[in-house]
Amino acid sequence: MWYLCVFYHRLLDYRKPEVESLAELFGAFKEDPENKSLEWRLPENHHPDSPFHFVNLPSEEIARNVANRSILVKGIYELWGEGGSFEELEEAIRSYPDERKLPYLTPESTFRITVDSFGKVISFEKQKERIQQLSYIPFQGRVNLREPDHKFWLMETDNYESNNGLPPIVQRRIFFGREIGAADRKLLPTYQLKSRTYLGPTAMDAEMAFLMANQAQVKPGKLVYDPFVGTGSILVAAAHFGAMTMGADIDIRVVRDGRGPDCNVWSNFKQYGLPMPISLLRADNNLPPWRPGLKEIFDAIICDPPYGVRAGGRKSGGRKLLKGVVGPYAVPDDKRTDHIPSTAPYSLVECVHDLLDLAAKMLVTGGRLVYFYPVLRDEESTDINFPEHPCFKLVATCEQILSFRYSRVLLTMVKIAPYTEEIAEAARIKHLEFRVNHLKWLEDGNLRSAVFSPIDTHSNDSGDTKSSKLKYRGKYV
Amino acid sequence: MRLLTHNMLASNIKGVANGFPLKIEVGQVVEKHVDLNPEFLKNMFAKLDYKVLVEASKTMGYADLPEQAEPSMLESEDFLRKLNHALLELHLEEGALVCPETGRKFPVNKGIPNMLLHEDEV
Repeated sequence: MWYLCVFYHRLLDYRKPEVESLAELFGAFKEDPENKSLEWRLPENHHPDSPFHFVNLPSEEIARNVANRSILVKGIYELWGEGGSFEELEEAIRSYPDERKLPYLTPESTFRITVDSFGKVISFEKQKERIQQLSYIPFQGRVNLREPDHKFWLMETDNYESNNGLPPIVQRRIFFGREIGAADRKLLPTYQLKSRTYLGPTAMDAEMAFLMANQAQVKPGKLVYDPFVGTGSILVAAAHFGAMTMGADIDIRVVRDGRGPDCNVWSNFKQYGLPMPISLLRADNNLPPWRPGLKEIFDAIICDPPYGVRAGGRKSGGRKLLKGVVGPYAVPDDKRTDHIPSTAPYSLVECVHDLLDLAAKMLVTGGRLVYFYPVLRDEESTDINFPEHPCFKLVATCEQILSFRYSRVLLTMVKIAPYTEEIAEAARIKHLEFRVNHLKWLEDGNLRSAVFSPIDTHSNDSGDTKSSKLKYRGKYV
Repeated sequence: MRLLTHNMLASNIKGVANGFPLKIEVGQVVEKHVDLNPEFLKNMFAKLDYKVLVEASKTMGYADLPEQAEPSMLESEDFLRKLNHALLELHLEEGALVCPETGRKFPVNKGIPNMLLHEDEV
């Protein structure tokens, strides 16, 4: 059945993939597992960035589950009518079949009508007027504003974002429908970072962490791993949805000590009454300490790899050692217990290679790898090469623009094929290649300088860069 | 560190062929209650090296796990409780994990195993 799906007008790229991931999680594709995609359509004359979409879902129960679990769905509604004017709306609602309407209008039920708008503000008097205009709908129940049995919504849009001579993303349209479910955004103030006890400089924003957990289809009984756990902000979201969690980090101060006995990764879980992670350990993602033969144990791997713009990655092996300037430093026996090994910078390319190899081996079939991948923004080239792996299928790419120079893309990959001997061998050879040509890879993958180096003013005519800014970029929100 | 983690870890020092299982050097063991989650335990049981778990739990002072186990035993709540206790409720708070081949100690402090290798081990 087709439902009206209204989104919050933010993180535009993340909206549909979230609904699709959750629809699969709640069993929307059980009938047809081959075709895991939803049908979408837009209201008349709406731009794809519009908050209003229609989506085809198999049942009201699935629609409710998806909406209630999502972060970006303002509501999913059974549409009773829509139109370009109130006259058209009335006609549509009148012709909507009675057997769909009457069960929700009975005398013993309670209801509420909310007037909402996108791109304009409607005064309280006007709202009242609009509700009274709906008297052609035979409401018989009592009004209950707090906890009604049925919630109805009258949503109105004006032309929106039509400045700069660009086409608007929505054109005037009025919708009336019955609410099936809506996102619980109260989660966000509860989990917001500013009230989190233990924070690091790159802790994942709560809203994004929940979106990542939804992309990973986290649910109770699943085991979720974050190889760059830091202060645990991603695992907190996964634990909220009932998963068991595990995390590793190369920095022992972060995972072991934190800022004291009541301010560390464990306390972040305790703060929200969530189950503690199964384990936290200090390990290097470049040389993971998993036992031979251990495979297919995690249901999801969710992480924000250190790609060197705000925080750089480190791996085992000192800088000089990898340059070949000195031989390996032999640690004297009496110093071994407290020795702090030196580390070398970890290039983005190598980091992603290791991550994909780890995920290919350690994820169950059908398990998901969800991680951020940085992209330099270039107006000319539109197609970006995302990492590929024979074990994985890329199912969603969601861009979040961070600055004029670069953005990050949340990649969702599903494991579709087993980790074979050949793949393992190819990964081993690649691992050695990274060791031998350590410096070359560091230069190639140096994102920080690409993002922060001064703009080369000579190569551009001054007018050009400014005019490109005026383009409508919905993804900025 | 719980024994589930111990069951997954090995010494990955360069040149070590047999880095599993790591021997446990007990400093301090603590017990923390974990609610029984049969679905999760069943899921993990299939991935475990059970023999290693039995030995490890003995080292930690818990000897109630049966020596042998098979998937049918997961229907018994008694077995699930024992498995839950050994796998998730016993924590090695202080101590070390010892590489069976080289004797190198990976310290465990405040419950966190430090698996990072020294420069001459990578």
